[in-house]
Amino acid sequence: MSARRIFARPARFAAIAPYVWMVLFFLVPFGFVLKISLSQTVIAQPPYEPLFDLTAGWTAIQAAFAALSIDNFRLLASDDLYVFAYLRSLTVALTATGLLLLIGYPIAYGMARLPKRWQAVAMVLVIVPFWTSFLIRIYAWINILQHDGLLNQILLALRLVSQPVVWLSTDTAMYIGIVYSYLPFMILPLYATLARMEPALEEAASDLGAPPWQVFWLVTFPLSLPGVGAGVLLCFIPIVGEFVIPDLLAGSNSLMIGQTLWLEFFTNKDWPVASAAAILLLVVLLLPLLFYERLQRRQLEER
Amino acid sequence: MRKVSRLSRFNIASLALGLAFLYLPILILVIYSFNASRLVTVWGGWSLRWYHEFFADRAMIEASWMSLRVAVSSATIATLLGTLAAVALARGERFRGRTLFSGMLYAPLVMPEVITGLSLLLLFVALNAERGFWTVTIAHTTLTMCFVAVVVQSRLGSLDRSLEEAAMDLGCAPVRAFLLVTLPLIAPAIVAGWMLAFTLSLDDLVIASFTTGPGSATLPIRIYSEVRLGVKPEINAICTLVIALIAVVIVIASLASKLSSSQGESAAPL
Repeated sequence: MSARRIFARPARFAAIAPYVWMVLFFLVPFGFVLKISLSQTVIAQPPYEPLFDLTAGWTAIQAAFAALSIDNFRLLASDDLYVFAYLRSLTVALTATGLLLLIGYPIAYGMARLPKRWQAVAMVLVIVPFWTSFLIRIYAWINILQHDGLLNQILLALRLVSQPVVWLSTDTAMYIGIVYSYLPFMILPLYATLARMEPALEEAASDLGAPPWQVFWLVTFPLSLPGVGAGVLLCFIPIVGEFVIPDLLAGSNSLMIGQTLWLEFFTNKDWPVASAAAILLLVVLLLPLLFYERLQRRQLEER
Repeated sequence: MRKVSRLSRFNIASLALGLAFLYLPILILVIYSFNASRLVTVWGGWSLRWYHEFFADRAMIEASWMSLRVAVSSATIATLLGTLAAVALARGERFRGRTLFSGMLYAPLVMPEVITGLSLLLLFVALNAERGFWTVTIAHTTLTMCFVAVVVQSRLGSLDRSLEEAAMDLGCAPVRAFLLVTLPLIAPAIVAGWMLAFTLSLDDLVIASFTTGPGSATLPIRIYSEVRLGVKPEINAICTLVIALIAVVIVIASLASKLSSSQGESAAPL
C-alpha cells in the first residue's frame, strides 16, 4: 500500500467534525426555512405554528404534513410588491454585473500586462479594500455623495453644475456602491485567467495583421471566458440578495428582494412569508450556484 | 512596436483610475475623521475630538468589545474546522458524501447573507437557544470556516506530497507525518485563514443582525443603525480605527503569505 493511500484514511476522519458542523448549522437550518415557509402565520412568539411534536408519533407527523400550505408562496406570486422586488433584484444584479465587467476588465487586463514583480503589488492593492469593512466603504460613499458632500463641492467649484445634484437615495448612488464593493470580486478571477494567458497568441494575431480590437475580441476575450464566468457569478449571486447597499444608498420607493425579506421579517414579523421569500430567492439562485460549483470543481481538477 | 506602447498607456491609465476609485473614498474618510468641525463636510482643522467622543460612548465600546470577542472565537473555531475540512478534501481522496461535503463548503461563499442569517435564526428559535454571543459566534464560524477551507486547501494542493510520503516511508505514522511535516508547511495559510475569518466576522452585519439578541449588538449593527439616522463625524473616527486594526491584520497576513511563498510556490489567493 502506498503512503498516499495510508494517509487518505486518517485524512477522511478529519472530515467528521466539519461535516457534522455544516450539516447542523448549514443544511438543517434550510429544513426549518422550508418547514416554516409552509406554515401559517400566527401572532405569537415565535410568530409561526410550532414544529411537529415527535413524541406524539405518526399521527402528529401526518397532522403536520396536512397543515402544510403553499399559501405563502401563493401570496408571493400574487402580490405585485414581491414580483417587482424579484424583478428589480434581477435587473439591478444584471446591470451592476455588466458595469463591473466593463470597469473590472481593463483593470485586470492592465494588471496582467504589468511586469511580474508589479503584478504582485497590484494584486495586494486590489485585495486590501476587500479586507476593509464593506459597511465602512459604503459609509465613505455617503460622505462623498451627500447633498453638501465632496462630489457636489467639486462639481460646484468646477462650475459643472449650478446647484448641488441629488446623489444620495438614487439608483446612481446604489450602483456606485455596488460596483465599488464588488470590484475586487470581479478583478481577481479575471486577472487570474488573463495572467495565465500565453502572450505569444496575441502577438501571433497581431503579426498576422489583426488590428488591436480584433486581437482583443477574437483572441484575448474568448480565452478569458472562464475568468469572466467566475467573476460574473461571484458578483451576480450575492448582488441579487444584496440588502445593505440598496438600503443605505438607493431610494426607498422600490425595494430589492433582500430588503423585502428583511422588512417582512423584522418589521412585519411575518416569518412564514419571509421564509417563503428566502426559498424562492434560493430557487432563483440555485442554477447559477450549481453552475458555479461545477466550475469550481473543474478548476480544482485542472490544478 | 507603436501599437504595444499605446496599449500599455491605456493599461496604466485604467489601472491608475481603478486604484484611485478603490482608495480615494477610504482616504477621504480617514482624513475627515480628524476634522474638528461638527459638520462632516466643512473642514475645521485637525482634531482628535471624534476619537474622544467614541471612547466616551459606552454603547459603541460595548459593541466593539462584543465584535472583537466574537471575531476571535469564531475565527479560532473556524480555523480548526476549516483546516480539518481542507485536509479531508485535499488528502482524503474519495469518501462517502464527499460531493455533499464540498458543496456545503462552497455554497456559503456565494450564498446571499440574508438567507444564511434567516435560516440560522430559525434554527436557533426552534432549538430555543438564547440569542447573543454564542449564536453569533456559531453563525460566523459556519460562514468563515468555508473561507479558511478554501485558503488552506489551495495551499495543500500546491504542496509537494513527496515530503509527507517520504516521512511515512521512513516509518512515520500518518498523523505524526501530518503534524511534523505537513502542518509546518501549511502554517502560513492557516494564519492567513484565521486573519481572513477574523476580518470577515468583524465586518459582518447581516448575519449578526439575524442571530444576535437584544442587548448584544456588534459594532457593524451599531454603526449601521447610526448611519441610517444620518452621518455623524464620530462614525468617521470609529471607521478609521477599524481600518487601522484591519491594516495591522493585513500586514501580519501578508508577512505570513510571504513566508509561505518563499517556502513553496504561489501563496493563497486571499
